[in-house]
Amino acid sequence: MNVTLAADHGILTTPEPSDAPLAIRGLTVSYGEKPAVFSVDATFEEGAMTAIVGPNGAGKSTMLKAALGIVKPLSGQITCFGRPMAETRTRIAYVPQRASVDWDFPTRVIDVVTMGLYRQLGLLSRLTKRHISDAMACLERVGMEDFADRQIGQLSGGQQQRVFLARALAQKADLYLLDEPFAGVDAATEKAIIAVLQDIKDTGKTVVAVHHDLSTVSDYFDRVLLINTTKVAEGSVAEAFTDDNLHTAYGGRLATAQMRVAG
Amino acid sequence: MLFEALTLQLGYNATLVTIGATLLGLTAGAVGIFLYVSKRALVSDAISHATLPGIGLAFMAMVLLGGDGRALPGLLIGSALSAWIGLLCVSWLTHRTRLTEDAAIGAVLSVFFGAGIVLLTVIQSMNSGRQAGLEGFLLGSTAGMLWNDAMILAAGGATVLAFVILLYRSMSLVAFDPEFAAASGTNVRRVELAMMGLALAVSVVGLKVVGLILIVALLIIPAVAARFWSDRLKRVVAIAAGIGGASGYIGAALSASVPDLPTGPIIVLIAFAFFAISFLFAPGRGVLAVVVRHRRFQTRVHVRQGLLALAQGQPIYEPLTLRLMRRAGLIRADGVATDAGRGQAARALLDERRWEILRADPRHEWAAARYDGLTPLETILTADQLAELDLSLGPEAA
Repeated sequence: MNVTLAADHGILTTPEPSDAPLAIRGLTVSYGEKPAVFSVDATFEEGAMTAIVGPNGAGKSTMLKAALGIVKPLSGQITCFGRPMAETRTRIAYVPQRASVDWDFPTRVIDVVTMGLYRQLGLLSRLTKRHISDAMACLERVGMEDFADRQIGQLSGGQQQRVFLARALAQKADLYLLDEPFAGVDAATEKAIIAVLQDIKDTGKTVVAVHHDLSTVSDYFDRVLLINTTKVAEGSVAEAFTDDNLHTAYGGRLATAQMRVAG
Repeated sequence: MLFEALTLQLGYNATLVTIGATLLGLTAGAVGIFLYVSKRALVSDAISHATLPGIGLAFMAMVLLGGDGRALPGLLIGSALSAWIGLLCVSWLTHRTRLTEDAAIGAVLSVFFGAGIVLLTVIQSMNSGRQAGLEGFLLGSTAGMLWNDAMILAAGGATVLAFVILLYRSMSLVAFDPEFAAASGTNVRRVELAMMGLALAVSVVGLKVVGLILIVALLIIPAVAARFWSDRLKRVVAIAAGIGGASGYIGAALSASVPDLPTGPIIVLIAFAFFAISFLFAPGRGVLAVVVRHRRFQTRVHVRQGLLALAQGQPIYEPLTLRLMRRAGLIRADGVATDAGRGQAARALLDERRWEILRADPRHEWAAARYDGLTPLETILTADQLAELDLSLGPEAA
């Protein structure tokens, strides 16, 4: 049964290989015996801001991690700009969840941002003045340049999130993947982050973010991928972010009133 | 005696041991900091205990092949192999089963150590005479240290340090943010194994000097001591290496200058002394600095609250506030404000009023974020901005 489903959803009906910044085909990821993500197809369009939306435990973060190769998928195919992920990593920047890091780590804000440069620096080549000023420019874009010398644990949650974003900017990527960038940040930070993301989009880059706040989806994003283990809907906010689809994704867990706000 | 030992004039063996212990401490400190910041410090304990069966088996193999069972290179290769197997067991148990890492460490450590002890007992009942001395690897035995042994330490230490430099970026990235590291194309598992491989190398070359039971101390103590002194990883690595090296040097010299002092344990105790000093006296993170900072802050808060109460003619009940204000000469023994007290109280109230206006004004959002009830507004705004603010205060401000 499951096998046929997988075939229906994924492998057999796979469309032409896509040149999209990120294309996922028949992705299944499981922790133990229970799939967290089951046979998801999704295509993320170039130059758009896409929200990955779904209830808690729907596999949103897992899907992102599998797409990046952080979690090993059970099956499925990930391509990035039409080529395998492993070959195109340099075009991708990633902002992990804030909770994934030890904030007492002996490192300063500026050191965290320069981590975004390690990929182009390699193992040994020295950090030059130019690299440092590049990193400072990224900090300025997120409004954190005054904090460059602080130990990262001294920052508030929102400031930490902005530093993560600056590190992603330093990677100079074409595709930006963010895991819950607005979780636990205040309204001012949320505005600052969304402004930077809009900025990235305006230069023709692609942004994909796991997002949990339904009320802001239509303000912030162009496109939506709605999942609950399997894909529920995908498309522009107008097409995919409908009451019906939300009901399917969230089931009885979401009161209609909440969805009115969302819609 | 100690002076001669510290200046390496106490004879051939003592000099070799001192140089060897210094190199070992230096290397252990530099590697240990990465274990510490990635919260894997105890894995090194499992690794070092897992060397023991390898030592026993290598001895047996060399005797069976008709060689000298105590040849150090052979014993080290054997110990490295069994430690590597132990490390893979910990890694496999952690990744492939539901066991957590601490449970895996406990299981591997005790089983390998137990097996090693059994092997040593078996060896003792073998007929091959010169087996005595393998127990020396438990706590280190430097008495018979040879030129070749010191060379192994030097070469091993230099190789490990070279790898620390080569892998610095990968190891720090993986330790700080493994998900980001993986997303940027770093093979996290391989970097972690490499880091553990370095800890393994330190354990193996350290067998002769501090022994397998105490090597974990040399990996961890300099690292935690160094963390008190800086918030920058590069500096912490250098400081840890320095503390480790100094511990090895002082400890070895001390044990050489007093008869019958065991080298390894003394080195560990010296390292602990460095830790105690760092823990107490380091600026910034040290216990004393934290206490002093907290006291100062507490004083400022109490005095400020007291001044505001004075300015508004409210009574002060809090005994600590009264005491602090009396000590600062702001009030007299009977609780009445002095001239200085009245002046400062008026200024504190003015400052608080200014803050109130500033914080209610959305145009000053950036400055309002710096309100902590203590910082005078004059230190944040320019004179012009203050003057503008005072306009809305009304006539009483003047």
